[in-house]
Amino acid sequence: MSGLSIENISMRFDLPNGSSVQALKNVSLHLKPGELMSVLGPSGCGKTTLLNIVAGFLAPTEGEIRMNGHTVTGPDAERGMVFQQGALFEWMDVRGNVSFGPRMKGENEAHWGANVDHLLDVTGLGDFKDKAIYELSGGMQQRVALARCLANDPDVILMDEPLGALDALTREKMQGLVLKLWKETGKTIILITHSVEEALLLGERLLVMAPRPGRIHKEYQLPFADMGVNADLREVKQAQGYNDTREEILEMIWDMEEEIMGRTEDQK
Amino acid sequence: MIGLIILLVYVAIFIVSFLIVRFLVQKTTTDYTALKTVTFGDESAVTSNRVASVVSVLTIFLIWGSFTGSVLIPRFLHAPGPFVGETSFTYTIETPEGARDDATIFVRVMGFGEETVKFEVPPGDGIAKDDAVAMPASRSTTIIYDKNDEVTRKDGARLVAIDGETIGPDIALNTDVGRFALTEKGAITFAPPKGLQMEPIWLPPPEAVVGRVIEIANDGYRDSTLWKHLGYSLFRVIAGFFFGALLGIPLGYAMGLSNWFRGWFEPIVEFMRPVPPLALIPLVIIWFGIGETGKIILLFLASLWIMAISARAGVSGVNITKVHAAYSLGASKIQILRNVIIPNSLPEIFTGARVAMGVCWGTVVAAELVAASEGAGMMIMVASKFQLTDIVLMGIILIGVIGFGIDILMRRLENLLVPWKGRS
Ligand SMILES: Nc1ncnc2c1ncn2[C@@H]1O[C@H](COP(=O)(O)OP(=O)(O)OP(=O)(O)O)[C@@H](O)[C@H]1O
Ligand SMILES: [Mg+2]
Repeated sequence: MSGLSIENISMRFDLPNGSSVQALKNVSLHLKPGELMSVLGPSGCGKTTLLNIVAGFLAPTEGEIRMNGHTVTGPDAERGMVFQQGALFEWMDVRGNVSFGPRMKGENEAHWGANVDHLLDVTGLGDFKDKAIYELSGGMQQRVALARCLANDPDVILMDEPLGALDALTREKMQGLVLKLWKETGKTIILITHSVEEALLLGERLLVMAPRPGRIHKEYQLPFADMGVNADLREVKQAQGYNDTREEILEMIWDMEEEIMGRTEDQK
Repeated sequence: MIGLIILLVYVAIFIVSFLIVRFLVQKTTTDYTALKTVTFGDESAVTSNRVASVVSVLTIFLIWGSFTGSVLIPRFLHAPGPFVGETSFTYTIETPEGARDDATIFVRVMGFGEETVKFEVPPGDGIAKDDAVAMPASRSTTIIYDKNDEVTRKDGARLVAIDGETIGPDIALNTDVGRFALTEKGAITFAPPKGLQMEPIWLPPPEAVVGRVIEIANDGYRDSTLWKHLGYSLFRVIAGFFFGALLGIPLGYAMGLSNWFRGWFEPIVEFMRPVPPLALIPLVIIWFGIGETGKIILLFLASLWIMAISARAGVSGVNITKVHAAYSLGASKIQILRNVIIPNSLPEIFTGARVAMGVCWGTVVAAELVAASEGAGMMIMVASKFQLTDIVLMGIILIGVIGFGIDILMRRLENLLVPWKGRS
């Protein structure tokens, strides 16, 4: 079966003091090629853990990840990752970072040069090719991270709060860019975010997770991402159903957060 | 006493120059830090004041010159020097019969570095006869005043007064001419005023040190030119550091990447790290003698642990998301080692290298102090045995300058090779 299958994943962390944390319990879902799914959930519900398992950085205690029919056993170039921050290589310039994947495959510049330069232009980094990473703003650095991931041409892109460290304006621009690149490249994308708006705007599918143990709480199919590809994101926010869905999800997460807070208070 | 005066002068110059610069010269600073209303505790707002640095260095030379009577600074800035020149005083003796008589002692006090030459004066008349004494400045001398007198101490005569003032076995005397006291046997100890200046044997003036630099640069010292001495020290440092880094960096990497290596070498490294390299000198001398091998091995050991520890820290300090990113971009383990882990550890290694170079430079000088036939340390050690303070000072200054130079060089190199240090 093509696409990405998350099959009955459970994850338990055994802590040094003998206790253990059930970070994920029986999580299953399937992503068809080209789907964009955003993931929301209160802090600590296992979003990052799930993404790390899909990326192959963690082995689940139960279940397996299947990618285009084969089982995932570790990180691979078919599943690219965009981190929140700190994952760029400061000792390479912008172009060096973006071309990292192709270079590691041993391809020579004649092969990747044009594609890398195209991606730099698309992400608006054309004039900053030769700049050092520490000379860029936070938003530019995230664009480098995005371009680097795309230059490697993965089938699935995993993003863990990729825009979390950016200011509101830059963030909005970057959301547009993500949508544009998604449509242009047709990649399968999982995007974790803390912002309900971002999840609504970018998620073709929207997954809400619940904590303790981490599990899927509810899933939505949304029209807004498709609208956003061709329209201004602010117009999309006026679209019918947007506000209602937002309120519904906010309330859902709010309840979960409250439950967590209550529980920790009981423990005291 | 002199130390206290120097300290007071120093503090005074510090305060006065601060006030002058603060209120007269740099009244208006117009840079951006001047716009900050809160600078206390803001490290970026506290920079080194260049004027203060220049004045500070000049002050050291000024005080040095002033208290050594240097010819490089005008006379009126000199601290009062010791008495030099001719002086005289009269002494009065009393014979057992009760008769008294005076005679004059002429003293010629020679300046620093001048030879003391004996001279004669006419004896004059009376029981007591005039004497002549030559002596170096800043010292005291014992004067056998009665060797030409008609009635001597052996005959029962006593010294009772100097310049008319009573003196005795228990009564010392302080006059404008100098300090007087009587020895146990009754001779005069005389010390002309010492002033506040240092004798060259304690602290030579700056020009003497500069003169030595030139002299030794041209003629050499102990069979080697100055450059050869310094070159030997530098060569040892560079060779020792080179081998230390050559072994230490891979060792640190191995310790950062493999449990087995970490477990195997950790006890050794952790034990050797706190052992000061100086404590190894005796053992190294026993095992390898005082030749080049021993010194290079000592410096090798001094830098080895520092380099190993910094390389290990560089590897362990890699942000795991960088490694994850590289993996999901399709890099292999070897590629990650080469393209992520090693470059990421360079800033840490450079910090280690700077520390190691400093430690090596200190250690080589110490090792040469103990035993060597060439080298900066050996030069000052031998010179100190002959009280050649100017060579000792010259050596210390050159050692400081070179150590400083090494550190600046390392920092330049660091900026050039790891410009991202501290900026991610
Ligand atoms: N390496 C680990 N060792 C032990 N417990 C862990 C580990 N990683 C995660 N956990 C636990 O698993 C749970 C889920 O963590 P995770 O980081 O996946 O949450 P998250 O949803 O990404 O939270 P956030 O939104 O704050 O990033 C948490 O309770 C966390 O304490
Ligand atoms: Mg997370």
